[in-house]
Amino acid sequence: MTPFLALVARDMRLATRAGGSAMLALAFFAAMAAIVPLGVGADLRLLARIAGGVLWVAAVLAALLSLDRLFQLDFDDGSLDAIALGPLSLESVSAAKILAHWLTTGLPLTLLSPVLALLFDLPAQGYVPLVVSLAVGTPSVSAIGAIGAGLTLAVRRGGLILPLLVMPLIVPAVIFGSGAVLAAIDGLPSAAMGLLAAFSLGAVLLSPFATAAALRLNLAA
Amino acid sequence: MQALEKLTAENLTLERGGRELFRALGFRARAGEVVSVEGPNGAGKTSLLRLLAGFLQQSSGTIALTTSDQSEISEAEERGIHVGWFGHHDGVKTQLTPYETLEFFSRFYGVAGDSAAALEDVGLARARDLPAQYLSAGQKKRVALARLKLSARPLWLLDEPLASLDAAGKALAAQFISDHCKAGGIAIAATHEPLGIECTKLVLGGEQ
Repeated sequence: MTPFLALVARDMRLATRAGGSAMLALAFFAAMAAIVPLGVGADLRLLARIAGGVLWVAAVLAALLSLDRLFQLDFDDGSLDAIALGPLSLESVSAAKILAHWLTTGLPLTLLSPVLALLFDLPAQGYVPLVVSLAVGTPSVSAIGAIGAGLTLAVRRGGLILPLLVMPLIVPAVIFGSGAVLAAIDGLPSAAMGLLAAFSLGAVLLSPFATAAALRLNLAA
Repeated sequence: MQALEKLTAENLTLERGGRELFRALGFRARAGEVVSVEGPNGAGKTSLLRLLAGFLQQSSGTIALTTSDQSEISEAEERGIHVGWFGHHDGVKTQLTPYETLEFFSRFYGVAGDSAAALEDVGLARARDLPAQYLSAGQKKRVALARLKLSARPLWLLDEPLASLDAAGKALAAQFISDHCKAGGIAIAATHEPLGIECTKLVLGGEQ
């Protein structure tokens, strides 16, 4: 097993163990998506139109919830020191952690989303765009969130600052993602999915470098 | 492991938070040598270790590793893969068992070590499959010790290696360090307690 895969496998194991972040994120996602129809009321036409937006916001919040643990626990217990001295560059370490985070939160959220869409009476033509947009877009949430997680490492209770730091940067993903779902429901042509893919690709490519720089700063603190 | 011939530090000055921790520090450690770094709290012992590991950057001076084939490594980023790290925090995940922790690190470091045997060496054969949250601080230190040995790195940097260990554990840690250096390794340990093995002393922090 290569060092990269060993790190991905370890992080996935930690996330899925008791008290890990994977189930927590999934439960939060489901709870949030379930509570919105209760607050908005039983107007099915309205619910169908906001389904994409609500599920996207819920997915982003659920992913953010688990992001502050991405490096924090390893930093606090000294594992990050030992990992930083391994054969991988910090850029690769960041990429492995982003991948593990997406596999344990972004991917399960994506797979659960069609079930939750039932609560909103989402029209049939909206399901594929919803799942595809989440599959394409959630990697950008993990990637951009990792930068924030790296930057807030040394801040006590950084978990509260992290969403503030990361949310503005994730706005394009939410706009394009929910826009793609809405356009599909209305049967309109839309470039949202392509823009979402481009945004996500850029974020995933650039984030490991920014995250590694943030980690370097904090390891030197 | 690629053997090291020596570690040379010359004229090192380190500043932390606007304060100068040490100035013009120089020392040399040859293969087989144990250096014990001593000094009062806040003298910069841990910072020196983090500097040697490449986490911190010195404000002036040079640190160079000479490998056994006489090539010289002076870049901080390249020193990392020669370093076996035994920090103040043990780096043992509470959700994982000691065996899983060691298996991960041997895969991650790309070394072909026997994790079960390494745990037996530190007297944790029975706690092997217990999540580390049930281990005491001393037992976790023993896991870290097993990881250090398993990592098969030539330059060991140890921060208070004897802390939280019982008498047998302290003897074990000293034994590991002395075995490592007999095999041609270098060990630099920041410590308040005597290691109980032959070592060169480096004292930090006189009056400034």
